[in-house]
Amino acid sequence: MDKIAVSSQGRGLDDQVDPRFGRAAYFIVVDPETMSFEVLDNGNSRAMAQGAGIQAAEIVADSGAKAVLSGFVGPKAFQALSAAGIKIGQGVDGLSVREAVQRYQSGQVDMASRPNKPGHWA
Amino acid sequence: MIVAVASGKGGTGKTMVAASLAKVWDGPVQAVDMDVEEPNLHLFLKPELTGRETARLPVPLADQAKCTACRACAEICQFKAIAVLAGYVMTFPEMCHGCGGCTAVCPEGAITEDYRELGQVLWGRADGISFLMGRLRVGEAMSPPLMRAVWLKVDRSGDVIVDAPPGVSCPAIAAVRPADVILLVSEPTPFGFHDLKLAREAFEPLEKPMGVIVNRAGLGDEALYQYCREVELPILLEIPFDRRIAEAYSQGRVIAEARPEYRQGFLDLAGRIRDLAAAPLLEARHA
Repeated sequence: MDKIAVSSQGRGLDDQVDPRFGRAAYFIVVDPETMSFEVLDNGNSRAMAQGAGIQAAEIVADSGAKAVLSGFVGPKAFQALSAAGIKIGQGVDGLSVREAVQRYQSGQVDMASRPNKPGHWA
Repeated sequence: MIVAVASGKGGTGKTMVAASLAKVWDGPVQAVDMDVEEPNLHLFLKPELTGRETARLPVPLADQAKCTACRACAEICQFKAIAVLAGYVMTFPEMCHGCGGCTAVCPEGAITEDYRELGQVLWGRADGISFLMGRLRVGEAMSPPLMRAVWLKVDRSGDVIVDAPPGVSCPAIAAVRPADVILLVSEPTPFGFHDLKLAREAFEPLEKPMGVIVNRAGLGDEALYQYCREVELPILLEIPFDRRIAEAYSQGRVIAEARPEYRQGFLDLAGRIRDLAAAPLLEARHA
């Protein structure tokens, strides 16, 4: 099964989902079958004045993940992820990374067709 | 000489001062509205506009067929205006600052230049005053590139009075950096005082003579005056907190003309600006 990248406030499956995609602290890239995972540090994106979402999308695309779970994904990150063929599930903030993955697997995460957060400059 | 009329806080009277100064200025002068996000100097000087130009910024146009996804463009771009995802090159033209780096480093010649419209540069005359302004395109997020286009049109054969944008970020710096003298228009309120300190800190490294104009004098407290004494920022003019000034301003009138009792103040200000420009900067301030 395809790997899933979850924006996370910490480095483990039981940390909370980071509600922000572009400026998330980490991405936990999970293999949903085995729940094995790797941690990607998104610290460099966080520090950017602009383009954090685009850089975060590049990091996720490079990880090989085919889906993203987060709280809010902005328009540019959405565009970038979509172009890379990565599916996007939003609104899973308030859950742990593990719970978000479980919810996705049970088909309870809406895979959005458009961003749920306006751009900062829009 | 180029005089920039700046402030930290917005709404302290930059445009009022710039308009009055232009009206009383002795000798050829150009009034320039560099507050391109919300230009309003023209509302007071009422120039007859005789020319305009659209300012554009080069932005990348990527040819997917030629791209080998080497990422050279994505790596040189500081602003994520071009990215490579899953083997595809993507551009975000609204993020681009127009440096041309991506076009220069692409080994495949896959990037050509498209343009993003920044806004308009407009010019004309108002009585004896040459007038120039920029107007940012609605939706455009970056004003400094348009401001650079306005600067290219500035007529340096005479003196120049620049109405700067408020704040202390890139647009304000882009408006004051070419100036010979920076005027800081403030007011003796806690907000005015706070933002005056920010403005001084932001502009001090430019090592230009600076002076303060206290607008709405009589309001607030003494903190701003005390600070100016401590850091040796000269106060060049005080404009009283006078309802009649607000009334004239709200009617689009220039104070130096609408209220003759204030005209002398602006004439004195013009003289003090010339003195300030002529005096060497105090070495001690940078020691």
